[in-house]
Amino acid sequence: MPEILLRGGEAAYTLRTATQGDIAQVAAIDVSITGIEKPGYWEDIHDRYVRQPAEDTGLAHLNRLFLCACQGETVIGFIVGEIRAWEFGSPPCGWVFAIGVRRDLRTRHVAQTLFQAACDSFRAAGISIIRTMLARDNTLAMSFFRSQGMMAGPFIQLEMELQPS
Amino acid sequence: MKLQKATRCALFAILELAADPGRQMSAHEIADKYGISTNHLAKVLRSLGRAGLLEAVRGAGGGYRFSGSVKRTTLLDVIQLFETIDPLARGEREDGDDTKAGAALCQVLTEIEDIARATFASISLETMLKVVEKKG
Repeated sequence: MPEILLRGGEAAYTLRTATQGDIAQVAAIDVSITGIEKPGYWEDIHDRYVRQPAEDTGLAHLNRLFLCACQGETVIGFIVGEIRAWEFGSPPCGWVFAIGVRRDLRTRHVAQTLFQAACDSFRAAGISIIRTMLARDNTLAMSFFRSQGMMAGPFIQLEMELQPS
Repeated sequence: MKLQKATRCALFAILELAADPGRQMSAHEIADKYGISTNHLAKVLRSLGRAGLLEAVRGAGGGYRFSGSVKRTTLLDVIQLFETIDPLARGEREDGDDTKAGAALCQVLTEIEDIARATFASISLETMLKVVEKKG
């Protein structure tokens, strides 16, 4: 996506597609929120959500996006998503599976701006539903998504522990 | 899922007053709008006042006004003043819970409790007022 300037003055930040050079900062924001190091994960996300779609037009229908909010060269937030289709009969929908904002900048509507940019991108691709999945005890993220208008959907997440064979 | 009458009264009153924090309303006005007992609501309003969510305005034309935070107060904060929505998580036990079938039933009911609790905890009054607004 083209770089977009948001808000003026000292609080100004831009929104743009993530670059290879953003990965370390994205990973640092993620660790500050989740407390979990994920070696190689963000490099892989950048590879699949930025590099590959840029080189292979056959992936365009997936509308993969990995956006960063930046102040100059400093990444202050990010969001990752894509279009998923026909999982257990679900028509194409936008999926957001990662969002993060630097803790010291959480009152500047950065997450809201990133989320709305993802919504706009999916909407432009003809999508009318956006979904996410998060831990029940992640009250901060759940409150954020609900504040954006998200409610429980018709799908439910199930899991089980795999016993050793 | 069904909430107790006092909880519903509390949520109606809080949402009514939080929609316009500068406005004050009497128990009678709120009760009249939602078709609930004024006496019952009056007790609920006193509880909400003790919790710091409402402020009583004395004198002629007095009533209650919202004094909490619409961003920080969640539905769970209000509900928990009047009832427990997750009795199993709080250690409440019933006959038969020590059997295998009872333990299995507890597991399923705990799953439902967890979802209910997470749902109420994630909805602030500000978010709920947006949902109310969408209802036209």
